[in-house]
This record gives sequence, C-alpha cells and structure tokens, in this order.
Amino acid sequence: MGTVISVDVRDASLDPDSIDRVMSWFHDVDERFSTYRGQSEVCRLSAGELRRDDISTDMRQVLALCDEVHRESNGAFDAWHRGEPVRLDPSAVVKGWSVDRAAALLDAAGGRNFCINAGGDVLTRGQPEPGRSWRVGVRHPHQGDKVAVVIRSVDNAVATSGAYERGAHIVDPRTGETPSELLSITVVGPSLARADAYSTAAYVLGRAGVGWVGERSGYDAYGITVHNRVVSTSGFAIRTADAASGATDTSDDAAPSVQAALDQAQG
Amino acid sequence: MPARATVAIIATIAGIVLLFSFQTPDITATGPQRSSSVRSSPQPSALAQGAGPAPTPSNQPSTTATPTPSAAASRFKDGRYTGGDITTRYGDVQVRVVVSRGAISDVQSVTLPSDRQRSAEISQEAGPMLHDEVLQAQSAEIDSLSGATYTSDAYAQSVQSALDQAHA
Repeated sequence: MGTVISVDVRDASLDPDSIDRVMSWFHDVDERFSTYRGQSEVCRLSAGELRRDDISTDMRQVLALCDEVHRESNGAFDAWHRGEPVRLDPSAVVKGWSVDRAAALLDAAGGRNFCINAGGDVLTRGQPEPGRSWRVGVRHPHQGDKVAVVIRSVDNAVATSGAYERGAHIVDPRTGETPSELLSITVVGPSLARADAYSTAAYVLGRAGVGWVGERSGYDAYGITVHNRVVSTSGFAIRTADAASGATDTSDDAAPSVQAALDQAQG
Repeated sequence: MPARATVAIIATIAGIVLLFSFQTPDITATGPQRSSSVRSSPQPSALAQGAGPAPTPSNQPSTTATPTPSAAASRFKDGRYTGGDITTRYGDVQVRVVVSRGAISDVQSVTLPSDRQRSAEISQEAGPMLHDEVLQAQSAEIDSLSGATYTSDAYAQSVQSALDQAHA
C-alpha cells in the first residue's frame, strides 16, 4: 500500500504477539491487494486472469463494499477505471477495510484501548488513558505542522481525502477530471472502510459531498474548500474537541430563549 | 410587538439552523470546554421574505457568512442579550444573542444539553444540516493525525526514532 501504519495499543496486558499478528495481516493485505505487484489478486482480477467466481472471500467483501458505495454515490466512487484497458483499484477501500479487520483482531485478543493510523486514516477504540478521549487532528491543508480541527474519538474511524500531499491523485470517475472544489474532506463514522470510501466519493462530489456524507447514517463530514472555508455537517460539531459535550443542533429548543433575548433587545 | 417581527425571528432562527457554525479555538485546546461559542449569521434573504417554517436542510452548503442588517433586523438595539433558561427533554438551553448595527451578529450558547448521545439523536433527526465557517489553524495536542499520506521514508524514520526514545 506504500504507506506507514502505526498501531498504538494502551492496554498494558495485551499479548505483544497480537501486535505482530496485526502487522503480518497488513503485509498479507499488501501482497494480495497491491495494484503494483503483478501477481496480487487485484492485478490478476484486473487483468482478467482471475474470474470473479474464483476470488477470495476477502476480495468479495471489498468489491461488494466498492459496488455499494458506487451505487450510493451515483458513480462518484468507482473502484473500476472504466477506460481502456479496464483497471481495478480498490485502494480507497482496502486501506480502511484492512484497519477495520486489524481492529477486530486486536479486539479478539483482548485489546480495548488502541489507535491505528494507516497513512492518515485513523481508527480508535476506547481511550488513550482513563477519562480522556483520543484526540485526532485533521491536518491543516496549508500548514503541515498545524491542525484545522481536533476530533474527539472513542470508537470511531476518521478518514481524510485530499490532494495536498501527493498531488491530485483522485479523479472524477464519471468525467476523468480532477475535482476542484475541496482541498480536503474528512469523514468520521463507525467503519474506516466506509469512511475511506465516502471521503473519496465526497472529495469528487465537492461541496455537495459534505451533505451527501451527512445523509449516510452514522457518518459526518468536515470539508475544507479551495477558498479556505470549512463546511461541515451539523453532527460534526459535537465530535470536535472544542465542542461542549453535546453542543449541537438544539436550535428548535433554543428558539424560546432566543425569543426572550430578542424581546429584551426590542425593549 | 408586531406579528411581523415574530415571523422574522422565526426565519432568523431558521437561518441559524442552517448556518449553525462553531468556532475553532485559536489557542491550544486542553479539553472540552464548558460552553462553546456558536457563531452564526442571520440570512438576510430569509428575514426579508419572512418565511414561516424552517427551510428544508439542503445538500448545498450555504456560503452566507457576513451578517447584513436588513429592514426587519435593524429594529434591534445593539448589545448582548441573554435569553431565558429553557428546560427541554434533552436538558436546559440558554443562549446569548449579540446584536450589532441592528443585526444579530452572534448567537452564543450559555447552556446546552450535555447528554452527547441524545444530542446526536437530535442531530440525526434533523438531517445533514451544514455549518460554514472560515478555516483556522490551531496548535493542539493530538494523539493521531488524519489527512496526511505519509509516504516518505523520512517520516517512518522519524517515527522510529521517536519510538526509540519513548522506549529508552
């Protein structure tokens, strides 16, 4: 996958071998799903050397998710590059999916408090220390040493798509063009595989992609536009570190209080 | 109070719903704050139309950011006004409204329900309403970073050296 994966486990009692097993899992995924290794399952399927009936259960799972998000996004996400030749690249899902599975491995081994970061896609479980949530920063698009926002994450996944480090590597599969509305978009939700795929699709959809993510149950989005504005779903606010616990859309309930304040203003 | 003012207020609140935005701290955040400032702007068009019901949440993020005094809003006196403490099934809600140049320039939360789960439910019922604000940079203590595709060996080496120290 050409990326750095860190696994930060805070359970003192966890068997160190389980970390080794997680690392082996990532190496295994890299071999099978790499788009660079000619003999990987992805490459063989892409080249037509492998029939869709003969693929592994894992590949079936990944492709099913790719198909699902393809439908949900009306084609803004597509693991298949339908040019000539047709090429399969499920990388946008595989990274997140492999981390979800790694989390399940750690969980089965008794891990309760950990954070996995795969090239900027983050999954957290439990707490880094008692009484404190994991704090996941969203990289500032212009200032690499700063963050734009900090997300408080308990059992959550955070995925960001953007074009600021490796250049524009996401194209609109429907047009072949480079999306131009967002610098980056961050998606928060229960599954990193989905958050990963959603952030890719939403990056293509641009500003409208933020609302599109908001329509997916359990997921929120935080987008930074090329005009340096932040557009986020209302649910995102309560996930941030600076939000009062629960500060969110209580506007309907706030209406009487606003009314009372305005009554004074009109005195 | 003329009925029209009430209509305008309703529309203003609708505008607040759509543009409900939060402030990112410009100082190092150390933890959850007791009360968060909710910066918002009335939508001039909504005020002018005096539309009754709240607009349907839209996929299209709104870019309205600068409050513009309108005829309906300019009847407000400048100042800061704290509303009543309203008890709801989700908890107490109290806000402070800041009026400048006759228009609502800010709505701050004094008290908001603290039950995160229930608030999340309200949010889900309400659908994907969008916040809009100006991007700010902050230095903050974080455990992990999202958004960087770390491809360089330098990064890996740096991580390794840090880990070495951590284990020393």
